[in-house]
Amino acid sequence: METLTFDLDKKPLREINQFLHGDASTLNGKSIVIENPNGAHNIAVGLKADVEVTIKGHAGYYAAGMNQLAKVVVEGSVGSGVAENMMSGHVHVKGFASNAAGATANGGLLVIDGDAGLRCAIALKGADIVVGGSVGSFSAFMAQAGNLVILGDAGEGLGDSIYEARLFVRGKVKSLGADCEEKVMGPEERKILVDLLARSGHGDVDPDSFKLYGSARTLYHFHVDNAGAY
Amino acid sequence: MSDQSNKIPQTEPRYSATFDTSTMSEIRRAAATGIYDIRGGGAKRKLPHFDDLLFLGASVSRYPLEGYREKCGTDVVLGTRFAKKPIHLKTPVTIAGMSFGALSGPAKESLGRGASAVGTSTTTGDGGMTPEERGHSTTLVYQYLPSRYGMNPDDLRKADAIEVVVGQGAKPGGGGMLLGQKITKRVAKMRCLPEGIDQRSSCRHPDWTGPDDLEIKIAELREITDWEKPIYVKVGATRPYFDVALAVKAGADVVVLDGMQGGTAATQEVFIEHVGIPILAAIRPAVQALQDMGMHRKVQLIVSGGIRNGADVAKALALGADAVAIGTAALVALGDNDPHLEEEYNKLGTTAGAYDDWHEGRDPAGITTQDPELMKRVDPVKAGRRLANYLAVMTMEAQVIARACGKSHLHNLEPEDLVALTVEASAMAKVPLAGTTWIPGVTKY
Repeated sequence: METLTFDLDKKPLREINQFLHGDASTLNGKSIVIENPNGAHNIAVGLKADVEVTIKGHAGYYAAGMNQLAKVVVEGSVGSGVAENMMSGHVHVKGFASNAAGATANGGLLVIDGDAGLRCAIALKGADIVVGGSVGSFSAFMAQAGNLVILGDAGEGLGDSIYEARLFVRGKVKSLGADCEEKVMGPEERKILVDLLARSGHGDVDPDSFKLYGSARTLYHFHVDNAGAY
Repeated sequence: MSDQSNKIPQTEPRYSATFDTSTMSEIRRAAATGIYDIRGGGAKRKLPHFDDLLFLGASVSRYPLEGYREKCGTDVVLGTRFAKKPIHLKTPVTIAGMSFGALSGPAKESLGRGASAVGTSTTTGDGGMTPEERGHSTTLVYQYLPSRYGMNPDDLRKADAIEVVVGQGAKPGGGGMLLGQKITKRVAKMRCLPEGIDQRSSCRHPDWTGPDDLEIKIAELREITDWEKPIYVKVGATRPYFDVALAVKAGADVVVLDGMQGGTAATQEVFIEHVGIPILAAIRPAVQALQDMGMHRKVQLIVSGGIRNGADVAKALALGADAVAIGTAALVALGDNDPHLEEEYNKLGTTAGAYDDWHEGRDPAGITTQDPELMKRVDPVKAGRRLANYLAVMTMEAQVIARACGKSHLHNLEPEDLVALTVEASAMAKVPLAGTTWIPGVTKY
């Protein structure tokens, strides 16, 4: 695989991102390395080719935002909104992630080896997210579809106002949000979990050590008796 | 004495101004249902508005332009600050954001056809971009909303501009609603929601919270679109001086300011009527913020909320806006609330001109509905033509006024051309009370 290296100390981010938005035929199958990211925001956003990008260090906000097809590896931690609104592809954070990791992501797989901050998977729309550590409060708020796997603990208000997303938690849940309840994990959900654990480097973890949470579907229609939850 | 003369005079039945019939009917409705009233549209109460302003026109001290002969420009360029590809519109009257979902497919197509015919833009709404909408709109602004329903980077790249929606005039601080009747299979799929649920849209963006974050978000959108597209920031009119200043600081190319008369597809009546300020009160502080930052005319200002005719357009521009947006008025041009449907409005318990239960999806005009039979009533070619006619009339009306004031371009109109009819409008618009030099808060009487 051909490897190209960019140094963010020497080349402006705008030029690197524009290169990464180039014609798929010239990018597909290439490996790109970005050195000296030093927490810069918006690295490798809007990718749309089957390219592999390795960020050698910490990235700021929205790393790999709106990703399509590409595989992006961050060899460090990331700021808010990593892989926000991802459509497809694979984003792997080897460190920790700040708030709103994977916000509104529609597809693809986001793997965070460490912890994730507040509102991880907020308004998730179909993507898969695996967090090796714990997640902060209000994670999976209004999550519509997709799967969030948490190997550690979850903070307060997990899955508040959740729609049809599935939340697999191995550790403790401090509290559940409105309309989120524990579900029985059937064979279909167990299969999804086993697959996601295998694809995120956690194939040795026992799927039966997880609990499943999802929507109680009591807030799907406005009603006076639910006023306390609105 | 006759019986008649012995009769004690009766006081006429008197309705309370405070507990008027509308108020009492709402109390009864709330008591019966236990849920707040939800409706579409903007504020219906009487508010200080453009009708409270007048143009002075030319006379001995000012020199008018010859109507229909001497040129009066109407074009506007939006997004000149950072975007590689600014938008050039032939008229400063644009179409405000309205979603597919809130509106039927044929209604959206009609908006695209009408706007494109006169060289102006349309705007998407919550729920994403439809191929029909993109196909029929020469210039399409893509709204980037808190819910991110239907948001995808391919559509972002297809857009001609991006509008980051922070709020709207009908409900500043609130998210959208789309009730189950309108969450059809197609709408549900686009928004990734279960069919038929009562949908709540977020009131805050999921991945940024304050102005410093917004700056990074705008930079992300620019990076993704290679700095080509103008980026608008839309706010509901609340604290316009500070909101505009912060939007400019965050890197906006264009600020959209929506007053409380601006419509919504659905929200609580109490929100529509009691949160936010009229557009008349919002324009001058917004322009002041731009002027204080040296950005007036460099960052363009689009104002909306109750724009109905060319006089409103001219007044908004004279107060310092670069363009206006219309929503409710555009729907009326398509056929919304038309008297020829009176019988059908009566069946819904309302009357033509007052129908605002857009969220119920039973619009007899086929505009605010997802009912496949009702939406057939909208002929996009004919409705688009009506909108084009209306937009052309508004533009010509604004030109009539501008020429009368001696201006060779609508953007040459200025506050000095205006006076106010009321003390309130004078204070809000910062133009003198008619016949005086008095501006409350600015000059002494």
